[in-house]
Amino acid sequence: MSRALILGAALSSVVVLMALLSFVWTPYDHAALNIPEKLQPPNAQHWFGTDHFGRDMFSMIMVGARTSIAVALVAVGIGMALGAPLGLAAAARKGSWLDELIMRGNDLVFAFPSLVIAILITAVFGPGAVNAIIAIGIFNIPVFARITRGAALSLWEREFILAARVAGKGAARISAEHILPNVANLLIVQGTIQFSLGILAEAGLSYVGLGAQPPTPSWGRMLADAQTMVSFAPHLALIPGLAIIVTVLGLNLLGDGLRDWLDPRIRVARA
Amino acid sequence: MSLLEIHNLSLSIHGAPVLDHVSLSIDPGQIVAVTGESGSGKSMTALAVMQLLPAGTVATGSVRLDGHAVLNSPEDEMCRLRGAAVGMVFQEPMTALNPVKTIGDQVMETILIHKAMPRDAARTRAQEVLTRVGLPPDRFPLSRYPHELSGGQRQRVVIAMAIALRPRLLIADEPTTALDVTTQAQILDLLKGLVTEYGMGLLMITHDLAVVADMADRIVVMQKGRVVETGATDHLLRHMQHPYTRMLFQASGHRVALPAPPAPAPLLEVRNVVRDYRLPRTRLFEKPVHHRAVDHVSFTLNRSERLGLVGESGCGKSTLTRAILGLEEVQRGQILLDGQPVFTGHKPNLAVRRKMQVVFQDPFGSFNPRHRVARLITEPFHLLEAPPTGSERQHRIAEMLTAVGLSPDDAGKYIHEFSGGQRQRIAIARALMIRPELILFDEAVSALDVSVRAQILDLLAELCAAYDLTYLFISHDLSVVRTITDRVMVMQSGKIVEQGETERVFADPQHPYTQTLIQAVPKLPEIGQGAA
Amino acid sequence: MLRYALKRLISLALSLAVASVVIFAVIEVAPGDPASFMLGVNAQPETLAALRAELGLDVSRPQRYLNWVSGMLAGDFGTSYTYRTPVAQMVADRLWVSLPLALYALTLSTLIAFPVGIYAAARRGKPGDLAVMGATQLGIAVPNFWFAMMLVLIFAINLRWFNAGGFAGWDNGLWAGLHSLTLPAIALALPQAAILARVMRSALLDILGEDFMRTARAKGLSRRQALWRHGVRNALIPVLTIIGLQFSFLLAGSIIIEQVFYLPGLGRLVFQAISARDLIVVESVVMLLVFAVITVNFLVDLAYAAVDPRLRSRT
Repeated sequence: MSRALILGAALSSVVVLMALLSFVWTPYDHAALNIPEKLQPPNAQHWFGTDHFGRDMFSMIMVGARTSIAVALVAVGIGMALGAPLGLAAAARKGSWLDELIMRGNDLVFAFPSLVIAILITAVFGPGAVNAIIAIGIFNIPVFARITRGAALSLWEREFILAARVAGKGAARISAEHILPNVANLLIVQGTIQFSLGILAEAGLSYVGLGAQPPTPSWGRMLADAQTMVSFAPHLALIPGLAIIVTVLGLNLLGDGLRDWLDPRIRVARA
Repeated sequence: MSLLEIHNLSLSIHGAPVLDHVSLSIDPGQIVAVTGESGSGKSMTALAVMQLLPAGTVATGSVRLDGHAVLNSPEDEMCRLRGAAVGMVFQEPMTALNPVKTIGDQVMETILIHKAMPRDAARTRAQEVLTRVGLPPDRFPLSRYPHELSGGQRQRVVIAMAIALRPRLLIADEPTTALDVTTQAQILDLLKGLVTEYGMGLLMITHDLAVVADMADRIVVMQKGRVVETGATDHLLRHMQHPYTRMLFQASGHRVALPAPPAPAPLLEVRNVVRDYRLPRTRLFEKPVHHRAVDHVSFTLNRSERLGLVGESGCGKSTLTRAILGLEEVQRGQILLDGQPVFTGHKPNLAVRRKMQVVFQDPFGSFNPRHRVARLITEPFHLLEAPPTGSERQHRIAEMLTAVGLSPDDAGKYIHEFSGGQRQRIAIARALMIRPELILFDEAVSALDVSVRAQILDLLAELCAAYDLTYLFISHDLSVVRTITDRVMVMQSGKIVEQGETERVFADPQHPYTQTLIQAVPKLPEIGQGAA
Repeated sequence: MLRYALKRLISLALSLAVASVVIFAVIEVAPGDPASFMLGVNAQPETLAALRAELGLDVSRPQRYLNWVSGMLAGDFGTSYTYRTPVAQMVADRLWVSLPLALYALTLSTLIAFPVGIYAAARRGKPGDLAVMGATQLGIAVPNFWFAMMLVLIFAINLRWFNAGGFAGWDNGLWAGLHSLTLPAIALALPQAAILARVMRSALLDILGEDFMRTARAKGLSRRQALWRHGVRNALIPVLTIIGLQFSFLLAGSIIIEQVFYLPGLGRLVFQAISARDLIVVESVVMLLVFAVITVNFLVDLAYAAVDPRLRSRT
């Protein structure tokens, strides 16, 4: 196991554990206003300081991690659950109208960055965390469809797939039995990367008010609140920013580490 | 003084020994062939002369090129020697050229990088060498890109790049291994001609002993990083000292004895089969152009008969194979196995598929790396209505593994635990698993070293006796087909141009293409079997 | 080449057509009637009908779609529900901020990423490469709007080299405009440059393992010469794909960054429009963004063909 993998796994699990812990315990009530203690810099009582309403930043970061992880995880789940089967189907019927339809559909979705989808959805249905999930999730579908198709196509050329066809197995069975297990590593690695991108996207959407709405705590909105106060209370902006960076960095390192660890070619080269 | 003098060269890569006290020398105008199986270190010897070794290589000994010590000499000095004093030709012409640069630019680059002459003169020289290698500028302008040329033509460009500055030494690393046999003959002639004309030394790396015997003035036989035998070609062929050398030559010309086929009774009947592919249109509104991969092919394969199918790449033999296996539907004609069609109503016919299996070329790509051997070789059970289960299944697995010379214990292993030859045995076990009536061998021994190939051919002969096999053996390698089949068909541009009893066709080919093909194959010399 | 371009052009037109249908359909499902929204609940039926006619809302949906598309083709994007001014004019003004910002950032990102990526690939595994890889790993993790806030804190509030926000406008000269877009462009460009540099590096490393690189070395090219003469152009093929993708991220990112710097770009326009339920403005801005993304991908396709002769002759 590489150092990147260990560091990435450590950083990611710290964030996840913090989010889980926040369900049962936070140092303070993250929503409790305490105006007399507002805008305190980090100190012994409030490890990450307090915001302009005197709320404990550490508690807000813990609860905010929940929102970030939930939104990104569900969005990646949507992307993978819909994208991977589409990619498998397109590869199994390479060159057919189905393949063409799936790939052109992909191109079309790629023309709508997730922020643009979010703008459209928000304009119609109003802002909210669910709409952010849908926006990021839709954008993830072609990502997964494309890498699944690419990897599956090269597998379909391999002789062990021909052998399975000679053994009378149909496209669906071969996709499930031979193709999917051999692209699973790739999907896990890409899933980690998309997870980190999802966290960034969620933060961006919440920052401009298209994501999670009050009172749901969110790192992106904490940054939006901090903007006017950054000159005299920089910790309001620094701390949620660092939380995002640590999470995304951890997930990216985890993804890179997993790729090196799971890729049999690289393992053979090391042996 | 010799042109190239390698003395006691030892190499290790990250501590693993690769070469062990290798010595050889080449004189101007001399062709020295280094031969051996994979892992013998023959390519590393060539790369050591170029000093293009992989990172982490430690070398000791001495390599002197034209008086310069090249081993561990500074990189900028090596850059001056490479391309100017020594040129190199590689195995894979399809990837040896930069796809985004014209062939003219790439040939001129050799000249310009050494500042040998001004640009105009370099262009003229590039035209000259391309003409010399058989690509005259009136038919192959300098502005061509590599993808517009065939494999043989690309190899000519690589040779032109290597000889543009008339180097004293040319190194060719398996220069014809990726090429068809007729193209191979032309490239070998070209190399021979260049050696005589320019008085170059040629260091030729090849696994093909027939090529070695045909080309070389001297032969160097390597095994596991060591030179086991070396000598002038005539002398070495007559008086082989080392057992490995003898084994190598014997394995290359390995013959097996097949049981005599019974009276003809048709099993596979192919009648007037046509398979067209639509080519991508080159202009927007023109009619689609079709390429006829298989053109009215008819033949019959009898029960217990071993039939060969030979032809060069692109002749349509792979398409025909896939059509017989029911992997692709044909546009016209019929393929019948035991009287039943392979395709019924655009769907592969399962009843027919049950009677056929296949062994592919690539021992590394033929198996799902995530499954164990037991699961891999029982995959064809999927075709059966009532596949064996429990102890019967275990028994079949053990029987088949034993039949192909492996142990029943191997069933629990993963495929990466086996060598190339063992994998091919597992592939044969998989094909035999459901006792098919017909097996297709699709270049099944082409990727193997000669000694392993000989063992697999022996295994096939044994299985023919034990299981009464009927097979179609598809190969580009004529010498293998000659020994492992009763009858042979020769395919060219989608058509079967000749078919008949194997010995008769090889001894007395009728069709001009068959004659060219057999003519082009380098002949393995007759070696005194017992004489030593 | 011409055939290739023509083919891509047809696919561009098709994509735009489908995208316009999707956008129109999504906006159509929005609840509520813009006219009654504009006039309030107490509006007279006659005034409402008059306004609906004025806004072109009194015809069937397919007809409305056709009117919208043909209007756009003629440069008429309709009338804003809230400001009662032509949308085209509003969008055009804002576009002159957002588009230069995205292009400025794309230029910066490319200018930074190319040398850094080539440098790292040439020194694979050495300290220089490891430093670049570490820095880019961090760069990818930084949210651009947060980075923007930090830039404001350091360079505007503390050092006072730049204004903390606002746009000087192009009327005061190119330099003044560029100056006020510099911090936003850096904030957008650096995280993207980190991605691009990594792509450039890994593309080059892939190319370094190709047979033709060994051929080049056998001709007498040094490692560096082979990298520059044979590596970089081949590596451009995957890199171009990423540049195309990055443009859409930059354009979307610029919408967010505008919020940090209070820039009068498309971002502010669209967020105001969302809160005012001025759907025709949202519709037009989204269509414009999608148009920009599709067009850039078309240009990338053309660039492919310029780099790769195999594409030029094949189709």
